[in-house]
Amino acid sequence: MDWAYLLGHLNYWLFIVMMMTGLYIVIARGNLVKKIVGLNIFQTAVFMFYISIGKVTGGTAPIFPTDMKIDPETVYTNPLPHVLILTAIVVGIATTSLGLALVVRIRESYDTIEEDDILDIETRIAREENREYGDAMGGRA
Amino acid sequence: MIETAINFALFTMLVVTAIAAARIRHLFAVVMLSGAFSLLSALLLVTLDAVDVAFTEAAVGAGISTVLMLGTLALTSRREKIPSHRPTIPLIVVLVTGAAIIYGTLDMPNFGSANSPAQTGVAAEYIERSPHEIGVPNIVTAILASYRGYDTLGETGVVFTAGVGVLMLISGLRTRRRREDEEDDDEAEEAG
Repeated sequence: MDWAYLLGHLNYWLFIVMMMTGLYIVIARGNLVKKIVGLNIFQTAVFMFYISIGKVTGGTAPIFPTDMKIDPETVYTNPLPHVLILTAIVVGIATTSLGLALVVRIRESYDTIEEDDILDIETRIAREENREYGDAMGGRA
Repeated sequence: MIETAINFALFTMLVVTAIAAARIRHLFAVVMLSGAFSLLSALLLVTLDAVDVAFTEAAVGAGISTVLMLGTLALTSRREKIPSHRPTIPLIVVLVTGAAIIYGTLDMPNFGSANSPAQTGVAAEYIERSPHEIGVPNIVTAILASYRGYDTLGETGVVFTAGVGVLMLISGLRTRRRREDEEDDDEAEEAG
């Protein structure tokens, strides 16, 4: 465990702290909008982690001079993670919007966006159905 | 040195924003914090040399997704209920997962090392060949539109599917609401 190793890995660990904060919001909070915010934080942290793997110390952004006279001495940062994460950001916003639309639809049906309340309503509906049809289905559950 | 200082200042702000988003119960503030998180992450991406990703993140993450979430808040509710169960189990799950991932990073190459496996693969080939083969100054554009064009085509398919899904979920919201209101009115009339 020397300083170079610690400094070289501290970045990764801080990204993981952010990821885990996002995951905590997703697991521990019952509000559906907040869950999606947590998912967004998790996702952004993963993006930054992935991009940081492609970083080269002393490198520059992977863009050539416009006259295309390329200095062979210039070090460019790895452009491949950038491309993959560009795609991932756009796919991420697509899934986020789909999730938010689901939240709106759930609110319409249940009149709440809290997980606990939705569970209560579901249990009540199941009980009522059991009382009504349970005997016909071969005994109540 | 100055770059490291900027990096860690940004990191601190990011972590504080994420923790604040976890603690605050007012959903409008949470959505705004999520926008701020995206903007800060765009700044961090600039220091990581990913300028294309940074402005996509600023436009899409801080802009569009904040607008979408505010729209959802307008259609749903503004406040979060106080959770009924204790956060012990989620905390344990998160700590164990985090420890497992950190264990996975232990044998990763140092941040910014030029001869790590990620740098020696196909990426060097792209940097070397794209000026002759594609001739676009921006290597990211060259890869996105040409070498990995099918990838981008697939992404368009995903976005299209998600758009259709959102439309199917949301469409008819107003007509369903009106019908429910009318039913309520009818019941009120019958009762009265």
